[in-house]
Amino acid sequence: MSGELSGRVAIVTGGASGIGAASATLLAAAGATVIVADIQEGPNAKGDGPGRFVAHDVVSEDSWKALLADVLKREGRLDIMVNNAGISGGSGNPETTTVENWQKVQAVDSDGVFLGSKYAIEGMKKTGPGKSAIKGSIVNISSIAGLIGSAGPTAYTAAKGAVRLLSKSVALYCAEQRYDIRCNSVHPGGVDTAIFNPLWQMVGHAQGKAFIGTRHPIGRMSEASELGEAVLFLASDRSSFVTGAEIVADGAITAGLMRRSLLAPP
Amino acid sequence: MPRLENRVVLLSGGASGIGAETARLVVREGGKAVLADRDEAKGLALAAELGTAAHFVPLDVTQEPSWQAAVAATVEKFGALHGLLNAAGVGVRNTIEDCTLEEYRRVNDINSLGTFLGCKLAIPAMKASGGGSIVNISSVLGLRGAAHAMAYSASKGAVRSLTKNVALHCAQMKYNIRCNSVHPGYIDTPMIAPRLEQNVENMSGRQFLEELHPLGRLGRPEEVANMILFLLSDESTFSTGSEFVCDGGLTA
Repeated sequence: MSGELSGRVAIVTGGASGIGAASATLLAAAGATVIVADIQEGPNAKGDGPGRFVAHDVVSEDSWKALLADVLKREGRLDIMVNNAGISGGSGNPETTTVENWQKVQAVDSDGVFLGSKYAIEGMKKTGPGKSAIKGSIVNISSIAGLIGSAGPTAYTAAKGAVRLLSKSVALYCAEQRYDIRCNSVHPGGVDTAIFNPLWQMVGHAQGKAFIGTRHPIGRMSEASELGEAVLFLASDRSSFVTGAEIVADGAITAGLMRRSLLAPP
Repeated sequence: MPRLENRVVLLSGGASGIGAETARLVVREGGKAVLADRDEAKGLALAAELGTAAHFVPLDVTQEPSWQAAVAATVEKFGALHGLLNAAGVGVRNTIEDCTLEEYRRVNDINSLGTFLGCKLAIPAMKASGGGSIVNISSVLGLRGAAHAMAYSASKGAVRSLTKNVALHCAQMKYNIRCNSVHPGYIDTPMIAPRLEQNVENMSGRQFLEELHPLGRLGRPEEVANMILFLLSDESTFSTGSEFVCDGGLTA
């Protein structure tokens, strides 16, 4: 298959569903060889989705080592890392969040992106010699909660703030080392994915989606594919001067003043 | 009139640096300062220097029971809790390539989990005291990244977002508790002392860090303490969830 990402190898964590699955689909359509790394099996595991499924746990350093070794052995290179796996960790506020919940959310949402960025660099540096020059791209999924904060889940909000800054430090470090590896963060607003399952179960999918949609100035939630397009742009050479940046795709939620009291479900 | 008359302020990292300087200001402005720190010798010495308006409690910010004990001791000693300064923190230099998972976790536990636990345990005591003000020390590196302070910057980014979360939660609950983050540049404190000794690009570490700041010098702890005092006092009653930068122009 030819395309702008022909010959590139991409790992997408949390690639079995949601933004990850949409990203995997678009990266594969652009010609990349995609490894879907996920703790849960999705359509890709059965071979009817794009890419090769690898069972992977982002909180385990051993799992990262095994994944990287496997990809370098089978695909022979690594060009694109999408650190998308994440959990909301429920709705704990500053008073109700337990240390256990905090640590669990940090492990997936913050440590997982740290490890993903670290092993991405290792893998990208092992791409070549004798292969085309590295044009590595690390894409870390943060959130609008990493930009404006929210009264929502405390541990999640803090972790997404960490991812936002971590991405900048990684970008600056790779730039300083002249690695030709870029790193950016993506900040989605409300995306129609399984992370909203608790709300869907409460009020129904259509009603819940319409409700959250009205909280976005654009009047609707985004589809996972719209975030996949942002990931594809950052993964491709079309964004070759974009590094350490925040790509916001939130239907203008963070553009203006927000009626926060309306964010609670009906 | 003193600006913090009879206000009770708990300060993590209160034995040195920004925390200690803020404790001095709190007492000077008529408040009570509870110095909470791992360094017992320094904490006791400062408490003795500040007199009856100050008290020392040992605190490991990463342990919830330790925070519970510190808040309980504060209320027992001075009868209320109106202010919390989360100043305890660790400054570590590492990059995405050389930082281990253990080190990433350690820095985040002290700087970000520690600040979260302070907020969590202070809120009930502040509610019982009629309200209060929480000040979290983030950093210019909570606003900008740094190639050689990756874990530190991530932890301070977490503190920045956490602060907004706490502020919005308390506002929503009508607790009369505000929460803001302070973002210092390089301040002349024990945290950066090792860096002042290391030569960078044919300059002393001190000269290098001084020249980073448009003002051409390091910040003084009392300059940050003055900003914290403003946030602890009733002069800032409409400020919550906001970022207060004190960096000599560094991020400008």
